[in-house]
Amino acid sequence: MAAVQDGQLNMEVEKDIKTEITNDGSGNINANSSSPGSTSSGGKSKSPAGSGEDQQTLLAVLQFLKRNKLTESVDILRREAGLSADADDSPVSDSAGAGSGGVPNVSADGGDANSLLSRVSIATPVAPPATAPPKGLVRSHSKVMPSGGEDQPDVNVVLSAYSQQGDPVLYPLYYNGLKKFIESVLDCHRAELSQVFYPLFVHMYLELVYNNHENEAKQFFEKFSGDQECYYEEDLRILSSMSKKEHMKGNETMLDFRTSKFVLRISRDSYQLLKRHLQERQNNQIWNIIQEHLYIDIFDGMPRSKSQIDAMSGSLAGEGKRDANKAKVFYGLLKEPEIEVPLDDEDEEAENEEGKPKKKKPKKDSMGSKSKKQDPNAPQQTRIPLPELKDSDKLDKIMNMKEATKKIRLSPDNLPSICFYSFLNAYQGLTAVDFTDDSSLIAGGFADSTVRVWSVTPKKLRRVKSAADLSNIDKESDDVLERIMDEKTASESKILYGHSGPVYGISFSPDRNYLLSSSEDGTVRLWSLQTFTCLVGYKGHNYPVWDTQFSPYGYYFISGGHDRVARLWATDHYQPLRMFAGHLADITCTLFHPNSNYVATGSADRTIRLWDVLTGNCVRILTGHKGPIHSLAFSPNGKFMASGATDGRVLLWDVGHGLMVGELKGHSDTIYALKFSRDGEILASGSMDNTVKLWDTLKAFDDVELDDFTAATGHIHLPENSQELLLGTYMTKSTPVIHLHFTRRNLLLAAGAYNP
Amino acid sequence: MAEERRPKQCTVVLPTESMKAMAESIGVGQLQEESCAALSEEVSYRIKEIAQDALKFMHHGKRCKLTTSDIDYALKLKNVEPLYGFQSQEFIPFRFASGGGRELHFYEEKEVDLSDIINTPLPRVPLDVSLKAHWLSIEGVQPAIPENPPPAPKEQQKTESTEPLKAVKPGQEEEGSTQKGQGATSAEAKGKKDGLMRMKPRSTHELSVEQQLYYKEITEACVGSCEAKRAEALQSIATDPGLYQMLPRFSTFISEGVRVNVVQNNLALLIYLMRMVKALMDNPTLYLEKYLHELIPAVVTCIVSKQLCLRPDVDNHWALRDFAARLMAQSCKTFSTTTNNIQSRITKTFTKVYNNCWLDDKTQWTTRYGCIAGLSELGPDVIKTLILPRLTVEGARIKAVSDGPVVSNIDKIGADHVQNLLLKHCASVIAKACPLPDNVEQYRADYGYLGPMLCSHVVKARAQAALQAQQVNRTTLTITQPRPTLTVSQSGIGGSGGSRTPSIIKVPSSLTLMSTRPGTPTQPSPPATKYIVMATSSGSSSTQQVLWTAVLLGGIQKIALFVNP
Repeated sequence: MAAVQDGQLNMEVEKDIKTEITNDGSGNINANSSSPGSTSSGGKSKSPAGSGEDQQTLLAVLQFLKRNKLTESVDILRREAGLSADADDSPVSDSAGAGSGGVPNVSADGGDANSLLSRVSIATPVAPPATAPPKGLVRSHSKVMPSGGEDQPDVNVVLSAYSQQGDPVLYPLYYNGLKKFIESVLDCHRAELSQVFYPLFVHMYLELVYNNHENEAKQFFEKFSGDQECYYEEDLRILSSMSKKEHMKGNETMLDFRTSKFVLRISRDSYQLLKRHLQERQNNQIWNIIQEHLYIDIFDGMPRSKSQIDAMSGSLAGEGKRDANKAKVFYGLLKEPEIEVPLDDEDEEAENEEGKPKKKKPKKDSMGSKSKKQDPNAPQQTRIPLPELKDSDKLDKIMNMKEATKKIRLSPDNLPSICFYSFLNAYQGLTAVDFTDDSSLIAGGFADSTVRVWSVTPKKLRRVKSAADLSNIDKESDDVLERIMDEKTASESKILYGHSGPVYGISFSPDRNYLLSSSEDGTVRLWSLQTFTCLVGYKGHNYPVWDTQFSPYGYYFISGGHDRVARLWATDHYQPLRMFAGHLADITCTLFHPNSNYVATGSADRTIRLWDVLTGNCVRILTGHKGPIHSLAFSPNGKFMASGATDGRVLLWDVGHGLMVGELKGHSDTIYALKFSRDGEILASGSMDNTVKLWDTLKAFDDVELDDFTAATGHIHLPENSQELLLGTYMTKSTPVIHLHFTRRNLLLAAGAYNP
Repeated sequence: MAEERRPKQCTVVLPTESMKAMAESIGVGQLQEESCAALSEEVSYRIKEIAQDALKFMHHGKRCKLTTSDIDYALKLKNVEPLYGFQSQEFIPFRFASGGGRELHFYEEKEVDLSDIINTPLPRVPLDVSLKAHWLSIEGVQPAIPENPPPAPKEQQKTESTEPLKAVKPGQEEEGSTQKGQGATSAEAKGKKDGLMRMKPRSTHELSVEQQLYYKEITEACVGSCEAKRAEALQSIATDPGLYQMLPRFSTFISEGVRVNVVQNNLALLIYLMRMVKALMDNPTLYLEKYLHELIPAVVTCIVSKQLCLRPDVDNHWALRDFAARLMAQSCKTFSTTTNNIQSRITKTFTKVYNNCWLDDKTQWTTRYGCIAGLSELGPDVIKTLILPRLTVEGARIKAVSDGPVVSNIDKIGADHVQNLLLKHCASVIAKACPLPDNVEQYRADYGYLGPMLCSHVVKARAQAALQAQQVNRTTLTITQPRPTLTVSQSGIGGSGGSRTPSIIKVPSSLTLMSTRPGTPTQPSPPATKYIVMATSSGSSSTQQVLWTAVLLGGIQKIALFVNP
């Protein structure tokens, strides 16, 4: 069903918008008034609220709606409930209203997303009635924190946990005492226990600040901030600027510390040591903090070494829990639909294009039975519904396979050639670049809100003729597809206007018919590359959308931005199918797994999360970066992932085990681009430091030996010298590298804006 | 704030005075100190918060520079209206003002007359974004094209030549081994890896066919007759980043060229070759240190040679000497280190000749001119210590020529030039060093014959200095002039020395510079002899007097300067 024709999609969208308008109010009520305590199901609660309890609930809902500026819904609800206009200012506490409004939305939304997806799977071409909560609710939702019940938007509730306090003068003493103790323990435990310092320091400082002990907080900070690991410096800077209780309100970093427990992995022996010490000393202050704000993940076995801990720490909220990475991930690839490639008489076949579809049609039917063995790690073919292949897709696949036969086999002795596309006269305005898979088009997103598309082949970009001209065309002619294209306006590049802020993310659809762009203005737009017009503006993120990415099979796409929620969309739905909430800071980059069943997101909280598209669950939390993550890449076999961050390091991950398997040091600035070669032997990384580096990934992944013990405890041993894996460094003159792409023949294309 | 005593972190809190100033600007007259303090802390916190958000926009904009628009977007994120009017791309020209014990930074807004804007012609429309492709790497090797940075960065060339035993960078080493062009690098690296061979293996610099063609074209154009072609070729030498491998060829070309043409008195060609040296020096991607042993003798020859042209009376060989002297000074400035000591060796060389000239009245004015020019270009300190003390003697000599019986016109012209040169260079130095007032008698006493003229020049120089304080150091500034041009016109030489008048006397002597074996300066090597025989137009060629032997660059090559009187 994904094979949406342009015109059709256009119409559908319009229809969708209409349904949204009509359904807006009732949809709201549905979602909201099924709040706890309420017995009536919202839409039908026409009778004036009988009992006081019901009345109060309704008022709470009203208040919530008002706060979210859903005046239309307010009116409807008020009319239906028979309440007077001023009644809703009655004594319902804010927090109650917010609480009853916020919690059920989560479930409502989740259910809705499921229903949407299931509808997708049964392939209903008609747009469904909008039962999802409109965007006002989504906005409130966007700030919801992962820890379930605590997600009141009101910061006071969150902060109140700090109200219990000891004597502020004793804080440094407590801390010092613990410090002395940890310094005195055996070496093998010291590294593990030292992990406690940072979260403890943060929480003690926040407690002091919350209780208005400004001077004590200052002194505390000054005394102990120097002890913290250098990679926490960014957070410490934010923390240090916060010296008053008022500042804590609305500070996101603060909220993150409070709402999420800092996760530490400590061996049982070390933990016992710590516990005994604290209990002996009657050091309740620290013990309370550990109990309340820290999550200590205890494992049996050898304590980890300092380097092992350092490799994994650095994220905003500690390491991922081991449980979080236990879920099975089907990282194998989906079976390719078998299409017969006319290999022998390639040249002849290329001449008569008509012959090919005929040839493969019968083949395709029998493909299910006698295909090659199913990869045990691959998800089921139908685990998520994927769009059916169109004829044009099949042609493209054939082209792909043909090109693949001409592919250069890369190896350390046979490095790829790199072709660099420099954007000249971009005046520092280039913010995103993407290539089509067949490398025929380049798109650039710019700070001036424009999106530009270039053709890098001699074939010029043509748009479909206007409706008036189209009506004059002889629709029966054989070359009707040629005739509908407007030759007069054909040009090498086209500009797409529509956004109202810098375009930060850009992605071509695999079939080259669409282009996605995400922008500071909070929207994701879908553009047609046939008409070079905007088809849909997907609204939902109300804050800048940092990245967006098409699924490798098309139809679905993912977006993530400042609101910390990644959204999964289908091109023909104006509402997201899934919302992936859990990151503690901006989502900075998004990427689909090659099998389209998973989505990886990198974030400014210095973690990478892998989400299951089917269930919406977070199945991996990968920690180890020391700065916001700006690039992700999956290996072509889906087994490994690479990530690059502002700290200039590339980390390699085993997706199946959820473990870090390598660290590539060499860049001196943010890595904005990562790409595996078509066969996965070489990883290319591009950075702000104006270099492209090539890494030997075969060797990197070969060296990794993963036994059960390593997998269970996360005791990773990284190879010491990543310099051996470095195959080449290529400096540009003064052009930061912001995108990399391997052509089907393994030629590496790089792009960036020349920065004189 | 807490971070105040944490040096690593930013410790900025706005001063309370700013709060007061802002309050006044919106009409709040009396603001209490406490409120100011509270406000400033709050405002500082908010500013930091916004700055942190703005950083996000910078990172996602793939820039390393925060712009005003980033701050606008950060404000928008906080639901605050952006600041309008700060659209400057590069920097915001805040101005500082103080008065009445208060300090203020403000954004200067100039009043603009609309009619001016309307009447001025429209500026050029900025170019639109365009896409350009080039090869960053071809099968692992980065091609040396202008779009790419130079294959061997200047820094690396420098370390290679100054610290040859230092390990090559690992990345470069790997690349080097795959590059045939960088044979030297890889061979060197391998030699070190083996640990057996300490000696630098002989490197074979193979040039590709394209490079050979390029070399041929460039050298032909440089010494050819077409001025336009030459300009292009020199431009290419001065800017092309891929010349590293051809550098040895160029330097040999220049040194051989000078050697041949100095004996043939081919002034035009010498000038062309010096311009090539200049272009090579101008190339930002080349580090010439390794090739100075060939280039410096060539340049020195062009400075001090007795005869550079067939008709010294007409041709303006003075300009070439000036130009070469400037080149010399530039290379001293760039390449002189404590290990190679170029500057002091060059200085010694010039002084020796100079001193010898001193003793010997017969020394040609041309050589003398060259020495003085060479020394003067090295800077005011050199002038002060080496030239000023000699002014009296030199003055007497000039006097003897100009006032005495007319011996030969050529001497007269030479003396004239030397005098002008001395006045030009010394005046500014004296103007800087000596106290006022300028007493003619005092000058006469100090500097002899040249005293009065010097005095008037110093007065002029002072007046000029008063006008342009920066121009005082003009003599040294000329070294760094972007591109002193030297062109040959049909009749003679125009360019930097164009103002000089040619004269009509033949100088029957020549001065050549050549390489020879150490220890046998009187017995020049056979090829050198050939040139000398050709060079000596008159006089006894057999009694060559060795003026000095300069040993340059670790005894790699010895230079001897021969003079036949």
